[in-house]
Amino acid sequence: MTFMAWNRPHLLDIESLTPEEILTVLDTALAFKAVGARAIKKVPALRGKTVVNLFVEPSTRTRISFELAEQRLSADIINFTTEASSLKKGETLKDTARNLEALNADFIVIRHSASGAPHFLARSIGAHVINAGDGAHEHPTKALLDLFTIRERKGRIAGLNVTILGDILYSRVARSDIWALTKLGAKVTLCGPSTLVPRVFEEMGCRVTHNVEEAIRDADIINLLRIQHERQRKTMFPGINEYTQLYGLNQDRLARTKPDALIMHPGPVNRGVEIDSRIADCDRSLILEQVTNGLAVRMAVLFLVNGGKGPQEITVG
Amino acid sequence: MTDSSLLLNAAAIERALVRIAHEIAERNLDGSNVVLVGIPEGGDTLAARLGRILAAIWQHPVPVGILDVTMHRDDLGQRATPMMHPTVIPFDVTGRTVVLVDDVLFSGRTTRAAMDALNDFGRPTKIQLAVLVDRGHRELPIRADFVGKNAPTARAEKILVRLTEAGANEDQVVLQRK
Repeated sequence: MTFMAWNRPHLLDIESLTPEEILTVLDTALAFKAVGARAIKKVPALRGKTVVNLFVEPSTRTRISFELAEQRLSADIINFTTEASSLKKGETLKDTARNLEALNADFIVIRHSASGAPHFLARSIGAHVINAGDGAHEHPTKALLDLFTIRERKGRIAGLNVTILGDILYSRVARSDIWALTKLGAKVTLCGPSTLVPRVFEEMGCRVTHNVEEAIRDADIINLLRIQHERQRKTMFPGINEYTQLYGLNQDRLARTKPDALIMHPGPVNRGVEIDSRIADCDRSLILEQVTNGLAVRMAVLFLVNGGKGPQEITVG
Repeated sequence: MTDSSLLLNAAAIERALVRIAHEIAERNLDGSNVVLVGIPEGGDTLAARLGRILAAIWQHPVPVGILDVTMHRDDLGQRATPMMHPTVIPFDVTGRTVVLVDDVLFSGRTTRAAMDALNDFGRPTKIQLAVLVDRGHRELPIRADFVGKNAPTARAEKILVRLTEAGANEDQVVLQRK
């Protein structure tokens, strides 16, 4: 019997993962995606385990995806949102987490507006911690589902030209994507207004350009990001209309891409802003496949961190 | 240096499979209702080979599937996680006789997990178990219906199985005493 190349108790970021660990998640997710196609979509892998979804920052799709992943692994679930929680009453994050731990929670899936909150939690308590997005830092499961989707459609990741277009500066998805894609050998191009795509990203091994035509011309994958209005302290560009004019993916621009270039978007989509509505629904758009694959990837991550206690003496039979 | 001894060579493995196939045919007079389901790693290869031998005996194709049981194990989180393999069962198991095929029968926990996993695909009329090697040390009330070789072992010893889909000279089962 061979064993998983994974012995981490948490998933906090992509930056610290090895390419082998990333591939282990993708391979494991493949098995879980097949479970989703069965008549009975539930497996008992996390039976008797308790997962707390600690979403201190609003989220719909990531939370629903994690919840369904947990249910399909037969875990028990507690949902914890800011609106109805003691955090509103002034409790610190650490106290909240320790209270959850006192209830014997085995996993904490955390979404937080502060970068590094999951790392802090992982140091403070014994439960497995999974980062479901921390501030503008990372969103590791989103990057993993993007990689899974790209590999499934293109058969590989190494050597592909991937263009990430939009608000990079405030995007945790972009950061996680950049780490994951470059670790697996893709060539990453970042494009958007210079205020949202500063040159400093070149230090992460990307090409930075502010010319959208040039950015998408040779792309195999075009990953669009939403403008994160909620994270921008002041106006970073003159207006939405101008952004759409200069950087939105429209039919004209799409016509000048490689015919097999595929379109991705982590959602929620602002139709008519960063993407033409028809492009979002066309057969080159992977937006809904990303959602399906996100479920499989989150099942894989929960499954892997549960077993992530390092190699031990083995009895097999 | 590791102290190990050969339990089965390639010829002995092939003989064991032919004998198991005849025993399966004898036990299941209506071969048209039998499907084989192999448990990776090892059991999937054995199931494919058994399927070919049985097809020759029965003179009709025998459906062969692969069932990964990792998600149904009861020892997840207690040790390193086994590698997952794709589950491929391209037929309905409901109403069929399913012969589970594994390389080594040890604690019986893999077999239990396999029976649970199989439940998600339907309700077989019967489940039978074929193993190449039974090494003892059962932790559950499970026994094999068809056994290639009974090999008394100490718990700490390991059984290493090397198999190829087509059957080759380097196929072997080795007992490693450490």
